[in-house]
Amino acid sequence: MLGIIGKKIGMSQLFDKDGKLYPVTIVEAGPCPVVQVKTEAKDGYSAIQMGFDEIPERKATKPQIGHFKATNAKLCRHLIEFKNFDTELSKVGQEISVGIFKAGQKIKITGTSKGKGFQGVVRKFNFRGGPKTHGQSDRLRAPGSIGQSSWPSRVIKGMKMAGRMGGKVTTVKNLQIIRIDEEKNLIYIKGAVPGSINGIVQIRRQES
Amino acid sequence: MDKLAAAVADQLKTDIPEFKAGDTVTVDYKIIEGTRERIQQFQGVVIARKGGGISENFTVRKISNGVGVERIFPIHSPKIKKIVRVSIGKVRRAKLYYLRKIKGKAARIKTKTPK
Repeated sequence: MLGIIGKKIGMSQLFDKDGKLYPVTIVEAGPCPVVQVKTEAKDGYSAIQMGFDEIPERKATKPQIGHFKATNAKLCRHLIEFKNFDTELSKVGQEISVGIFKAGQKIKITGTSKGKGFQGVVRKFNFRGGPKTHGQSDRLRAPGSIGQSSWPSRVIKGMKMAGRMGGKVTTVKNLQIIRIDEEKNLIYIKGAVPGSINGIVQIRRQES
Repeated sequence: MDKLAAAVADQLKTDIPEFKAGDTVTVDYKIIEGTRERIQQFQGVVIARKGGGISENFTVRKISNGVGVERIFPIHSPKIKKIVRVSIGKVRRAKLYYLRKIKGKAARIKTKTPK
């Protein structure tokens, strides 16, 4: 497994060699230091902990400084674990940059989606709502029946109902890298990526 | 937004001639047919310029065999070989969508002589 942490810069467009225009999301990723290596023997699972977004020492807490002390890595705002990481790069202090990816590769991206607030079932779950005419009132965006009668005389768990939408950890698979800029630490990804601008995203290579 | 603009800045063309809505232009557009490549010319009146940065595009309208034809070109497309301004139009708006409703004599645009 290979991966990196990045920050969403925004969306734009990009031409390829043939003049085809692609919608791209630009993510500024890394360089991320490996802060901790977790092993099967010691921690029960194999993973690395990666840092992102440097902070000055005055902004760090004492536990944070202590955690980074042994690694010689710069203090980071975000720490994220990546399971079963490539063993060659699994060394404390190793810097991971966008160079681990190549244009054309398939990736999956995890981020926190934009919060949409309290939404009805039509927006949240694409329900159809009720009919507009034929003597109906107040039924246009209603969810309809939510269960049966005296048996089970309760609403089944997990019933799709109105409520908070978005603001959840979301993974989008099968995204494609269009271009890599190693100098500026940028990854250009075809299509949209979960989260708002300046949101933190995890980019993982898709194992096929 | 600055970082975003800088990320695609290398894709921008620097040799785009000055032109605006109302001008008549000829666009040399590269067309790929299988392995062959040829240049197709499209001449007409620019009726709009939209967007900014890499996403900027312009709409060219012409009357072909009595039928109005409009094409939208991304201004920074590598498929555009050349844009030539044939004449400068004297118009009072930035978007000339009203040209779609009129034809013939009414659809003429006064030309300015370039200085």
